Amino acid sequence: MKILVPIAKVPDTTSRIAFIDNNTKFNPDGVTFIMNPTDEWYAVVRAIELKEKQGGEVVVIHIGLADSDSVIRKALALGADRAIRVDADPTDAYFVAAQIAAQAKEGAFDLIITGKETIDYNSFEVGGMIAELLDWPAVAQVSKLEIENGVATLKREVEGGTETVEVKLPMVVGAEKDMAIARIPNMKGIMSAKGKPVAVVPATDDVKLTVIANYALPDKAKQIKYISPDNVGELVRLLHEEAKVI
Amino acid sequence: MAVLSFVEIADGKIKKASVEAAYYGSKVAESLGTESVAVVLGTADAATLATLGEVGVKKVLHANDARFNNFDSKLYTKLIAEAATTAGAKVIVASFNPNGKLVSSRLSVRLKAGYVPGAVELPVFTGNELVVKKNVYSGKAAAHYKVATDVKIISVNPNSLSPVRTAGATAAVEAFAPSVADSDFTIVVKSVDKITGTIPLTEAELVVSAGRGLKGPENWGMIEELAKEMGAATACSRPVSDVDWRPHHEHVGQTGLTIRPNLYIAIGISGAIQHLAGVNGSKVIVVINTDSEAPFFKAADYGIVGDAFQVVPKLIEEYKKFKAAH
Repeated sequence: MKILVPIAKVPDTTSRIAFIDNNTKFNPDGVTFIMNPTDEWYAVVRAIELKEKQGGEVVVIHIGLADSDSVIRKALALGADRAIRVDADPTDAYFVAAQIAAQAKEGAFDLIITGKETIDYNSFEVGGMIAELLDWPAVAQVSKLEIENGVATLKREVEGGTETVEVKLPMVVGAEKDMAIARIPNMKGIMSAKGKPVAVVPATDDVKLTVIANYALPDKAKQIKYISPDNVGELVRLLHEEAKVI
Repeated sequence: MAVLSFVEIADGKIKKASVEAAYYGSKVAESLGTESVAVVLGTADAATLATLGEVGVKKVLHANDARFNNFDSKLYTKLIAEAATTAGAKVIVASFNPNGKLVSSRLSVRLKAGYVPGAVELPVFTGNELVVKKNVYSGKAAAHYKVATDVKIISVNPNSLSPVRTAGATAAVEAFAPSVADSDFTIVVKSVDKITGTIPLTEAELVVSAGRGLKGPENWGMIEELAKEMGAATACSRPVSDVDWRPHHEHVGQTGLTIRPNLYIAIGISGAIQHLAGVNGSKVIVVINTDSEAPFFKAADYGIVGDAFQVVPKLIEEYKKFKAAH
C-alpha cells in the first residue's frame, strides 16, 4: 500500500503573531516553525504504523520553499520513506491541493491521510479539495483507521457520538486525535533521515481561487471583571443582565 | 440568481449550526437583492423544513430520499452542486462544522469557486468581488479573504451571529430529485454509537468545563450537576482526558474539539495556549481558579479567584435561585 501524507509548516503555537507590509504578510521574525501538529501526531504516525503492520511505502509531500527542510526531515526521521517538496509558496488552499493531487496521480497512491486542520489558517480545506480533484471519497474527523483488503474501516465523529463506516480505497482521510499515539524521532531515525530522498519538483498548476487582502490583530485584551468567591450570585446576575448569555 | 445554503438535519431537527448558515445565506441574499434558497438531503419532516422561513429562507429544495441520510462527502458534493445549478446560485453557504467544511472544500474544486472557510461576519460586496473576515492563527488574528470567482462559497463559523427570527414565516418546500447512480455512494455505515442524554459539545450554547484543578475523576459530580442545571454540555482539558478522568470526546483545545459557545465556564483549568486555541472563540468566558496568576484570566470576561470545591456548589445554588425567579 502506498500512502501519501501532506505536511504543512506552521508557526509554533506559542508564537507571537504579527504582520508586516501594511498587514498583508505574516512576520516570520523570531518565529519558530514546526510541522503542523495534527499532521505530525496523527497523519504521519498512523501512516507509519500502517506500513509497519502491512508493508508498503509512506511518502510525505510538502508545498514550500527550501527553508522547510527541517519540517520534512522530521517526518523522515519519524519513519516516512521519502519526501516530495513542491517548490512554491503555499498561498492558496486550492493551489496547494492541486499540487498534491497531481503528485498523488503520478505516484498511484492508495490512501492520503491529512491532519485535522493547520494551526495557522484553521480551515481544513486541502483534504476535501484533493479528494474532489481526484474524484475520491473522503472522510473527516476520523479517530480510528484500519485497512484490510483494500477497504478502510473508519470511526468518525458525528454530532453527539461516533459512527463506524467502510470505504473502498483509494480515499482521503482527515485524522483526528486518538488515531495514533504521537512519536518522538529516535537517534536512528534522525540519522537515517539524512540519507532519505527528497524530490524537489516545480509547481504544475498556478490557479488560485482566493486572496488574503489583509490581516488584523484583535482589539486590545479583554477587560476582566473579578467577582468575590463569597458573592457567586453576582456572577449569575452579570451573566444574565450584562453578558445576556443565560 | 440565488443564494443557496446547505442545511443539515440531525435527529429530526435542523442543526443549530445550519439555522445560522441559512440565516447568513438570507442576509447575503438580501444584500444582493436575490432569493434565499436552502437544500436539505435525506428524510425530514416538511413542516420542520418550512420553519426555515423564520430565518428568511424562501424556498427549500428537499431531496426526501433515505439513501441520502448518511453523510457522504462525495455524494453530497454532487447533490449540492446540482441544487446550486437548479437554483442558479452564485453564493453557496454552509456551516463551518465537520460536514460543512468537507463539502464546501469539495464544492470549491467542483465549481471552481473561491471558498472562505469559517467566516465570522457578513461579507461586503463590491461589484463581483466579495470580502469577508475569518479568524486565523487559532483566534490570535483575523484575515480578510477576497473572492472574485463567478460562484463563491462561504462557511460560517458557528455562533458568529445570532439569527433574527420572524415568527410564523414559512419557506416553500419543493421536491428535489437529483440524478444519482450507485457509484455515487462511497460510504457504508456499519454502526452508530451515540452518547444519549447529553448535549453534543459542538452544538451547545453553554459549556461547563473542568481540568486538573478538580484533583480526581470522583469530583466531577458537581460539574455534571451544574451543567445539568444550566442545560449545558460538559467539556474538559487535555491532561484530564489523557489520564482518562473524562472521556476523550469531551476534550476541547487545539488537538481536541474547537468550540464557540455563548458561555464557557472553565473550572480549575490554567488556560494553556493550546487549550485557549480551542475555546477562545466563545462569546463569554468565565474562569474559576485558585491561582490568581493562571493565564486563563487574561482571556476571561469574568473571573473568580477561589476554590472550585467551594465556588461550584454555591454557583449551583445561585443558579437554581435564578432559574426559579426567571
